[in-house]
Amino acid sequence: MLAYLIRRLFISIPLLLGILCLSFLMLKLAPGEPTIIQQDLQARATGAQRETLRQLYGLDQPLHVQFGRWLWRVVRLDFGRSYMPDGRPVLDKITERIPITLGLNLLELLIIFFVAVPLGILSATRQYSAFDKSMTLFVFVGFATPDFWLALLMMILFGVQLGWLPMSGLRSLNFEYLDVWAQAWDVLSHLILPVLVASFGGLAYLSRLMRGSLLEVIRQDYIRTARAKGLPEGEVIYKHAVRNAVIPVVTLLGLMLPGLLGGSVFIETVFAIPGMGQLFVQSAFSRDEPVLMALVVIGASLSLLGNILADVSYGLVDPRIRVSGREAR
Amino acid sequence: MSGLRRVKRTGQILEEGIPSTGRPALRRGFFWRQFRRNQLAVCGGAVVLVMTVAALLASVLAPYDPGAYDVTQILMPPGPAHWLGTDQIGRDVLSRMLYGARISMAVGFVSVGIAVVVGTLFGTVAAYYGGRVDEVLMRFVDLMLNFPRLFLLLTLIALLRPSIWVIMAVIGLTGWMGLARLVRGEILSLKEREFVLSARALGARDPRIMFRHILPNALVPVLVSATLGVAGAILAESGLSFLGLGVQPPTPSWGNILIEGKANIEIAWWLSVFPGLAILLTVLAYNLLGEGLRDALDPRLRQ
Amino acid sequence: MTGSRRPRPKSPSAPGLLPLLVLLALLPLGACARSEPAAEPAAGEGGPAYGDTLVEASIGDISGLIPNITSDSASHEIGNLIYANLVRTDKELRLEGELAERWEISRDELTITFHLRKGVKWHDGVEVTAEDVDFTYRYMIDPKTPTAYAESFRQIRRAEVVDRHTYRVTYEKPYAPGLLSWGIWILPRHILEGPWKAGVDLRTTPQNRHPVGSGPYRFREWKTGEKVVLEANPDYFEGRPYIKRVVYRIIPDQSTIFLELKARNIDMAGLSPIQYRRQTDYPAFRKAFNRYRYLANAYAYLGFNLLDPRFQDKRVRQAMASAINKPEIIEGVLLGLGRPAVGPYKPGTWWYKEHVKTYPFDPERAKALLAEAGWKDTDGDGLLDKDGQPFRFTIRTNQGNLVRQQTAEIVQRRLRAVGIDVQIHVVEWAAFINTFIRKKNFEAIILGWGLGMDPDQYDIWHSSKTGPDELNHISYKNPKVDALLEAGRRTFDEAKRKAIYGELQDVLAEEQPVVFLYVPDALPVVSARVRGIEPAPAGISYNFTKWYVPANLQRYTR
Repeated sequence: MLAYLIRRLFISIPLLLGILCLSFLMLKLAPGEPTIIQQDLQARATGAQRETLRQLYGLDQPLHVQFGRWLWRVVRLDFGRSYMPDGRPVLDKITERIPITLGLNLLELLIIFFVAVPLGILSATRQYSAFDKSMTLFVFVGFATPDFWLALLMMILFGVQLGWLPMSGLRSLNFEYLDVWAQAWDVLSHLILPVLVASFGGLAYLSRLMRGSLLEVIRQDYIRTARAKGLPEGEVIYKHAVRNAVIPVVTLLGLMLPGLLGGSVFIETVFAIPGMGQLFVQSAFSRDEPVLMALVVIGASLSLLGNILADVSYGLVDPRIRVSGREAR
Repeated sequence: MSGLRRVKRTGQILEEGIPSTGRPALRRGFFWRQFRRNQLAVCGGAVVLVMTVAALLASVLAPYDPGAYDVTQILMPPGPAHWLGTDQIGRDVLSRMLYGARISMAVGFVSVGIAVVVGTLFGTVAAYYGGRVDEVLMRFVDLMLNFPRLFLLLTLIALLRPSIWVIMAVIGLTGWMGLARLVRGEILSLKEREFVLSARALGARDPRIMFRHILPNALVPVLVSATLGVAGAILAESGLSFLGLGVQPPTPSWGNILIEGKANIEIAWWLSVFPGLAILLTVLAYNLLGEGLRDALDPRLRQ
Repeated sequence: MTGSRRPRPKSPSAPGLLPLLVLLALLPLGACARSEPAAEPAAGEGGPAYGDTLVEASIGDISGLIPNITSDSASHEIGNLIYANLVRTDKELRLEGELAERWEISRDELTITFHLRKGVKWHDGVEVTAEDVDFTYRYMIDPKTPTAYAESFRQIRRAEVVDRHTYRVTYEKPYAPGLLSWGIWILPRHILEGPWKAGVDLRTTPQNRHPVGSGPYRFREWKTGEKVVLEANPDYFEGRPYIKRVVYRIIPDQSTIFLELKARNIDMAGLSPIQYRRQTDYPAFRKAFNRYRYLANAYAYLGFNLLDPRFQDKRVRQAMASAINKPEIIEGVLLGLGRPAVGPYKPGTWWYKEHVKTYPFDPERAKALLAEAGWKDTDGDGLLDKDGQPFRFTIRTNQGNLVRQQTAEIVQRRLRAVGIDVQIHVVEWAAFINTFIRKKNFEAIILGWGLGMDPDQYDIWHSSKTGPDELNHISYKNPKVDALLEAGRRTFDEAKRKAIYGELQDVLAEEQPVVFLYVPDALPVVSARVRGIEPAPAGISYNFTKWYVPANLQRYTR
């Protein structure tokens, strides 16, 4: 097991390097130098000033030199400063957004998990029933609705028409004058709409997986045996089948790791939540290379780590699978 | 998920079927009976069919030229003259939706087509040759899978003009990795089977074995995956439009009609509700259809 | 994202000295202000009172709080409240002193002597002196300073601190726009000179995130991506502002901003023409908000790359002008909220020339002009061609501005009607500027210019300003125009300047280096509980510090 883990980690390093190298190249290939992504073009820095800026950022060096230097700094966890006029350290810009996106996504994931798994179980045990069909329809409607559109519809309903919930942002303007409980409710009420909209879209995947997994398990010999032994159906399903069927679903959570810090561009934009998704798009549109590359490093590392975690946990929890190498995926 | 599950599934299918080419009529009838029992999937298929026909016949069905504006008829609500109302510069929404269907569906089909071709090629070659080739190709798949997609989108679209061809290519080229893995898994399990071994013993050459004998047997899961892929691609196009990287105006697509309508969602509800519903319905239909196909084709899930 | 920033009232003291290429709908500085009949103060309502919070929305986060080195309008708007300037423009757009009590211009028109107010304090209590002005000047002309406003300060030959409250600058040559350029934000020397001398990039100093200014509002907090909060400066030298707090909420989606406005969570915003006409015209909204409407200080144009031989022929450009139906664009896209543009200046300014050559919509005349220039449909495919090449080009515009995009769609149809095939390419801002504008890699563009408070447009039209980072990106070269632009900036006499710029407008109208499309209306709305707004040629927010909410209407009491 340990050897496998080490082997996987080892394989991941060149992969990570490859991703970084490719990202770096793409970034350099993309037209457009760092630009303030704002609405007015004003009399700009003169050519000479631009040149000094280029030198300052080392943009005048050959590509492989730039990449090498950058990599060397990243190894020392120095992501440099943003190209934007605020010139802030990249790490600051990212770390101040991580808790927001992480919190939001964890909440979302919890909801998805605790709604999708029961849904999947109920659907599987009642395969082709009216319930199964309406749930199938329900989760797929969630998947099929463009989330920014749904978000706006919900905002109109709950924010403008009914006035029950705040529409955007993370807290009210008078937040600091509220007592603790009111503060908690304030944050919670701001999160309701975005979390609901995002969870609705994510239900389909997990609940279908749960349903399929359980259907498969139910057909296994040991379940037949359990039934043949005369165990009550409920016990067969919930004690034996579900326990095994939920394994692939749980291991899938590993694959969701990168998503936790990724953040949804659409949700964050529409609900004005200053998270990682917003940062990524803003940086991409303004060619803020240091921030972009830092985000790629974080994203790619997490996603590779997630892969390993998923594979390893699958091997750990499922005795049918002997981890012997690549075949585990 | 696991190679193990996949091996088992194909094994069962093949035990019933005749190896080497296609599937017998008997199985086709069986499939159809299975599929028909799933009303949701049939509905999905019907919607897909209707949408496709509407898209193909857009030029016949559309009451107006989709680009013809009329500044005296701005933001007219749905009525007898304009069934789905008019937009910000007085164009007929129904006509734009019909032509938009054409674009959105085309984006769905072509991009998935690209993904299927690339994914199948990668998967087949990797699985068939195994060893070094497999290692290298699958590492590349890993790389692409872990590569931030938005990055690729932004770069490609900034480099090339975002014509619908570029958008199709971009969506296709960022969506083939799952298929490559799927096909590889299928083929790994197929290539040690008797019919392949016998074909080889008879002296068939690699490409012939691969494309004539092995690949056709791996196509079923690919078909299911492609159906689901179309749904994803239509959604992806609307997402690109949200970022302003979608199909260029004045060419209508559901995505860009929806985004333009979104700015005025409160007064001109018809501008965002109709394209929104069209996307929803179509994506839903493809999903149901894909699921239905999978259920009908996958004996493990059958009752 | 490059969302559209709707016009929001902007304090007129911004350095509107250089024309700004405005991407989005435009800055509402302007004449012809009209306001809806505002709700009359109810009987028994209190008079001016201190307190309450005004909430505004910004589509993008600000890029920094030293506005001299930023170029986004959100930073400038907030900068205008935090920092004071030497001079500014008043409600009639005339120059008046802010930090400068008065000034003298020497007989030879080369030297300006500023006399500063005494006793003005920075927010940290230190006095504002001529040394601060001098520091700002030296910082602006430092080649390492990444500012867009250095050019007019580079015209200065000598600058001296005469005494603690007197500052004198001498220009190389008479430079008419010079005085206005001192509308620059004055920076605190006692805070910034140390790091600047040590070679530190000022953007990384605390001043850029926790600024100390001398303006009417003090900085309170900036939560990245969320909000910026300012608080009234009780010691402001023109009196404490009535409104106690100003909050800029950062909301990156235009639809969300509008929904929040409708839910009254935002007190001030700019509307799009459609919102103005359709979405806000019902009693509840009219009761909650006062709407204002005046001509924006900007115009939109269809520009051609004049390095392309096809567009070098004046007749072709005139033909395009005749083929485009401007009233139709104003009717259809601006819903009547704007006027046709005939030249690069705003109607109503003293330098604006009313009667210049115009090009009424006339497709037949357009075809005739094109035929004269050699463009005829010889192969019967409906497209004009010349030397076997069909007339085909791409119009590029920036993403996030629906009004411009729709204008492009209408222009496309009209040009197709005379036999020209036009493609549209909407490009995100960074790529638009870097790939297309800067490299002159475009055929035609639809863009807008925000206008300054002075008729000097040397940077836009002069043949020496066609470099990759300069503003004459259409590469317009005309010796006559060059001469007029040079004369204009060396002349102080208003009547003479008026004649010079009048002639310039005649030449540009004849030449049509760009097709001038429209001057849009600025359409701000402000919560009805806010009183003291007096629409004027300068717009509405020139007297922001005098706005107030009567005590019984105040919404945010803490």
